[in-house]
Amino acid sequence: MSGSILVGVYQPGETLLHRLPVGLKVLGLGAFSLTVVLVRDVRASWVFLALALVVALLARTRLGVLARATRVVLLFAVFVAGLQWWFYGRDKAVETLVDLVALALAAVVLSATTPVNAMLDALVRWVRPLRRVGVDPDRVALTFALAIQSLPGTVALALETRDAARARGLGRHPRAYLTPFVVRVVARAHETGDALHARGIGDD
Amino acid sequence: MATIELDGAAVTVDVPDGERVILAPTTLTLTERRIGVVGANGSGKSTLARLLNGLVTPTSGRVLVDGLDVARRGSAVRRRVGFVFTDPAAQLVMPTCVEDVELSLRKRERDPGRRRELALAVLERFGLAGHAHVSVHALSGGQKQLLALAGVLATEPSVLVADEPTTLLDLANTRRVAELLFGLEQQLVLVTHDLEQARRCDRVLVVDGARIVFDGEAGAAVDHYVASATP
Repeated sequence: MSGSILVGVYQPGETLLHRLPVGLKVLGLGAFSLTVVLVRDVRASWVFLALALVVALLARTRLGVLARATRVVLLFAVFVAGLQWWFYGRDKAVETLVDLVALALAAVVLSATTPVNAMLDALVRWVRPLRRVGVDPDRVALTFALAIQSLPGTVALALETRDAARARGLGRHPRAYLTPFVVRVVARAHETGDALHARGIGDD
Repeated sequence: MATIELDGAAVTVDVPDGERVILAPTTLTLTERRIGVVGANGSGKSTLARLLNGLVTPTSGRVLVDGLDVARRGSAVRRRVGFVFTDPAAQLVMPTCVEDVELSLRKRERDPGRRRELALAVLERFGLAGHAHVSVHALSGGQKQLLALAGVLATEPSVLVADEPTTLLDLANTRRVAELLFGLEQQLVLVTHDLEQARRCDRVLVVDGARIVFDGEAGAAVDHYVASATP
């Protein structure tokens, strides 16, 4: 699982989905999500799933990427669907499961066809009107980039710390790896701050 | 070459039982093209390096780069002074190589298309063109450090400060990064434990116990350092 987080989802390409403007894709994903959530019909859910798959095919998203990205969602969706089967019956459960998978697929396609920088540029454009009320668009974009990037870094630190605890025979005790893990995450944050500072990023 | 001046620059921190000196008042003028800094762990080398681009500001005295006060004109100084850290993982911010270089270029080039071209050209120069769209996490340690260097040098600073850039690298990558550093047009301030690299500098500072204990020609400086480390 860690591997899937450590490697980015974006795949360079020249498909229609790659060439569409970011704003359109984000809007499309938003509209699609709303429709999927609002339309309460199990037959429609299968249509949504088919639609998401067609879009994934159009974008030539690799099957491995789709599978890896949906696996985590699938676990969660199966759990939710199980609960719903219990409370509301089969149809509702199937609808929820299929809807969630369709949404996950659509989201993966967006990430697979949009470089993070393009997303950030779009974000800067959208936030620009807020400059008048004191919001710095570049800073907002950087915050998003850092949030995205800190995930794999933090996972790597967690694995290293766990291995280090194991190597010392400290076994499963949470204190043996949680304390050094938290310390290292904070240290890494300081280092990243220094590095950004050194690169003049965030300097006005 | 740029002129880096330390004018009685010192760094101290407050600790419960008084004050701890990280770097004693230091006065120097650095104008040589390749300046090495050697010394024991915790001797104050990194602090000295960090003073040069304002990552650390002196608690007394001044640091000037081309006459610009680092404490007051920080962002102007950082445009001139690039900085490379030991651990490249902390300085790579974006998901893919080309995007990380683009981040450095955001200020200089507003147009995304041209920014990408510039970034790809930079990667080409550092032998990373084939990895442009690869996740930064998928790179080897040596490649990460090359990318970190690419990200810093993309903005064409006139000085590069490198804080133990090869400490985490294997021999082949150490040599590769060293060749790159010594091949730069920029003025280089290189903090290192690699005595081979130190010997190639025009001037070497030996730091020990928060002060500069030797300042001079590389061979003599390294001999001094080796002698001081021999029990």
